Amino acid sequence: MGSVSSDQIEQLHRRFKQLSGDQPTIRKENFNNVPDLELNPIRSKIVRAFFDNRNLRKGSSGLADEINFEDFLTIMSYFRPIDTTMDEEQVQLCRKEKLRFLFHMYDSDSDGRITLEEYRNVVEELLSGNPHIEKESARSIADGAMMEAASVCVGQMEPDQVYEGITFDDFLKLSHHPWSSWARVAEEQESWALELVVWHWVWWPECPLGPWPG
Amino acid sequence: MSGRWVQGPRWGLLLALLLALGELPRARGVEEEPGGAHGETQGFQVVTFKWHHVQDPYIIALWILVASLAKIGFHLSHKVTSVVPESALLIVLGLVLGGIVLAADHIASFSLTPTVFFFYLLPPIVLDAGYFMPNRLFFGNLGTILLYAVIGTVWNAATTGLSLYGVFLSGLMGDLNIGLLDFLLFGSLIAAVDPVAVLAVFEEVHVNEVLFIIVFGESLLNDAVTVVLYNVFESFVTLGGDKVTGVDCVKGVVSFFVVSLGGTLVGIVFAFLLSLVTRFTKHVRIIEPGFVFVLSYLSYLTSEMLSLSAILAITFCGICCQKYVKANISEQSATTVRYTMKMLASGAETIIFMFLGISAVDPLIWKWNTAFVLLTLLFISVYRAIGVILQTWILNRYRMVQLEIIDQVVMSYGGLRGAVAYALVVLLDENKVKEKNLFVSTTIIVIFFTVIFQGLTIKPLVQWLKVKRSEQRDPKLNEKLHGRAFDHILSAIEDISGQIGHNYLRDKWSNFDRKFLSKILMRRSAQKSRDRILNVFHELNLKDAISYVAEGERRGSLAFIRSPSTDNMVNVDFSTPRPSTVEASVSYLLRENVSAVRLDMQSLEQRRQSIRDAEDMITHHTLQQYLYKPRQEYKHLYSRHGLTADEDEKQDTEIFHRTMRKRLESFKSAKLGINPHKKAAKLLKRERAQKRRNSSIPNGKLPMVSSLQDFTIKEKDLELSDTEEAPNYDAEMSGGIEFLANIAQDTATDSPSGIDNPAFSPEESPGILSGVPPWLCPGEAVVPSQRARLQIPNSPGNFHRLAPFRLSGKSVDSFLLADGPEEQPHAAPPESTHM
Repeated sequence: MGSVSSDQIEQLHRRFKQLSGDQPTIRKENFNNVPDLELNPIRSKIVRAFFDNRNLRKGSSGLADEINFEDFLTIMSYFRPIDTTMDEEQVQLCRKEKLRFLFHMYDSDSDGRITLEEYRNVVEELLSGNPHIEKESARSIADGAMMEAASVCVGQMEPDQVYEGITFDDFLKLSHHPWSSWARVAEEQESWALELVVWHWVWWPECPLGPWPG
Repeated sequence: MSGRWVQGPRWGLLLALLLALGELPRARGVEEEPGGAHGETQGFQVVTFKWHHVQDPYIIALWILVASLAKIGFHLSHKVTSVVPESALLIVLGLVLGGIVLAADHIASFSLTPTVFFFYLLPPIVLDAGYFMPNRLFFGNLGTILLYAVIGTVWNAATTGLSLYGVFLSGLMGDLNIGLLDFLLFGSLIAAVDPVAVLAVFEEVHVNEVLFIIVFGESLLNDAVTVVLYNVFESFVTLGGDKVTGVDCVKGVVSFFVVSLGGTLVGIVFAFLLSLVTRFTKHVRIIEPGFVFVLSYLSYLTSEMLSLSAILAITFCGICCQKYVKANISEQSATTVRYTMKMLASGAETIIFMFLGISAVDPLIWKWNTAFVLLTLLFISVYRAIGVILQTWILNRYRMVQLEIIDQVVMSYGGLRGAVAYALVVLLDENKVKEKNLFVSTTIIVIFFTVIFQGLTIKPLVQWLKVKRSEQRDPKLNEKLHGRAFDHILSAIEDISGQIGHNYLRDKWSNFDRKFLSKILMRRSAQKSRDRILNVFHELNLKDAISYVAEGERRGSLAFIRSPSTDNMVNVDFSTPRPSTVEASVSYLLRENVSAVRLDMQSLEQRRQSIRDAEDMITHHTLQQYLYKPRQEYKHLYSRHGLTADEDEKQDTEIFHRTMRKRLESFKSAKLGINPHKKAAKLLKRERAQKRRNSSIPNGKLPMVSSLQDFTIKEKDLELSDTEEAPNYDAEMSGGIEFLANIAQDTATDSPSGIDNPAFSPEESPGILSGVPPWLCPGEAVVPSQRARLQIPNSPGNFHRLAPFRLSGKSVDSFLLADGPEEQPHAAPPESTHM
């Protein structure tokens, strides 16, 4: 149900060749050639996601050493915009796919759960852009988020119950409330020029994190 | 029905106004008397009446008062304000007041002058809009907004002007002394959607943010177009139609860019200055808010001086400075700025609408031409709709999320005209524009029509069309984190696929901002805490604590804070054992102090009060101690010029880390099963759960019964429970049980049979309290619920287990014990603690 036009595929192919240095496959190192990526705090996670078998639909765990153009397209297709022609069901499916991509990025050991350690890891990387935030704070935030997750997903916990981690179902649940708001937020998006539209990831493009009043 | 509702306040207002107006002539008369009696030289006058001395400010103040009172009046009836927009009500009120003034004075002595409007009333509104602009939303839709603002306004102006001219040529309007340029001039001033009117109406309608920001953004940004068109056509009219050359037209286009970009630039420069200044106000906190207003006002005046777009300047000043200013100034200053800005803006808005009404009541300005007026109304509505549809059609090819038909209808319908048009039309020179009065009266009709009629109907329309409404939600930590992750992923994908899009630009901008701008414009301390995620986290924590306290208050007691049990503490960041120590130290002593024999109800009431206050204080204290605070906080000391800061950040972060470490550890143990004593802990917990179920809190003399041997064990228990019970994070239920337990305990405390509180040891006042009805019991707190009553055990069995619990609480922490006596003097006169 991808709706990537041939133009876009061609453009991506050019980009692919540029990245791979005219090789048929891309390796992790090739991503070092993208200078803008260097500033991205979670770049390693993102690059890793390109080689994740789960995202490539090749297996339930593990990493690929290299990806070809088809794989590259597969990954990119996660980011296609939601088509206006899609019906509600397809839209939901499309969103779920995107959430799954994110979930896989968080769940680095592919055990189907985002454990506290994994979550902390993500948050630390996310906040690593700000040199003033100490590791400790990042960890605390992850803990807080985890507790929130536990309270949303499990609700009332028995005294000796232990929350193992966020499963994908939980993840959907957590993102269930946001769907209303993120859906709304997505509407804030516009693109300045047609050719730029292609790769907007519609669902998550805008989240009120910018410098505007809370 | 609603008519009758509004009757009351309206009459009251009229009365007030009549009084005020009646004052004027009488005042004048009185003033003249001394002049008449001037011949008889008098000695020193004890009292003199100097109306002229105060006349102008007095009248201004009176008008403001009337407008504000009117606002109160409107809001007395919810029914009216929910149907009729306030702006419409104000205009009607203005008409009535204008009528009264006219009847009294026989001339219209008050009207909205362009000077007052542009220099004093408009800037606060626009600054407010800019300062609270949702930047991300705004810049995310900037392209759309700009298109509507620039092309849309030009389109409206041109089509309206030309169509009117066309109709004029057909002779339908009769004989008017107007040329093509006059029509275009009129078109240009009537074309612009008005920010004041849009804000006033849309704020009450609550459409979704995108729609709002598009219409509102358009109304702000079209100012440059309006100014340029107005100036160009005015100068053309002055020149005379035949002398206008192509060069002048080109100049007009050039001046558009100069005016808009120049205005924006002025705004940005002043925003930079403002941010820079607020960085260094650490020692003059008290005047901090002033800078915000003065500098942004200066940006307005500066660009007005340079004949650039003043609205753009002050808008962008607000937009650009908000982030840095908010980070730099203290919490209090931020609140001050917020409220002052809102107050000024809404005050200005009120006055504008009221004076629009008043200004209309002036027989001198009215010149009626039915065809002209009706056709103007028709054309502005129709061309607005056509313009919106055409532009949206283009835009939708570029927008990710389409603007649908419904949105377009609301956008067309929301094109309200307002005071800017009025002020501009009044500015026209009667010698150059022969039909000025016709323009003025038409403009007034247009404004009234759009504000009153469209304002009234837009709400039902929005409801009927089921336009997506905005919804307010609290931020969630997970959402924020995901949002942040998504941002990075998106920009990375854009990097990888070689696209330059919004995310790419935003990413680059935020990098630039972090690397350079923030370093220059933000205090070092602010740089640290500015991360949004931290803020959300902070907010959540604070909310946790507040709801926790509120929960207690809802149940009528803050006693739970002193609860010996640790369970219900876990989800708040209070370090658990300490509150009980506070209880031991402060509340305890306090009660002891006041526990002398009470004979009358009143003193009992007083006592209850004082205990309440003490509890309040404990709460405050606890909050202060265990929550990491907002960035700046001050002691309540009076000083004229400065507020002494008693904040050291180290402590702040320390508290932060301490509480979070707690969360973290408890989580670790819960989740990763690190805790080696898990089994034992579980056992203990089950035991305790049992206890809880039985709610086996015995009557109160327990603390004294505690044995020393138990002590150590139980302390361990306490520690374990700290770490173990954390997953009960949101365990309201369990909290509830605890509450019940506490209440039960407290009941035991105050039940006639055994008074737990050492303050009322039976020897001192054995029978007094037992005679007191429960609602007057010390700390009404302790009146038990039905359920709690049921749960009071008849025979306390296991008090041995519970008692040391309390004691252990005392023993764990020594630092607060030291705190206790310090608090106590504050507590003694309760009034003094709540300065």
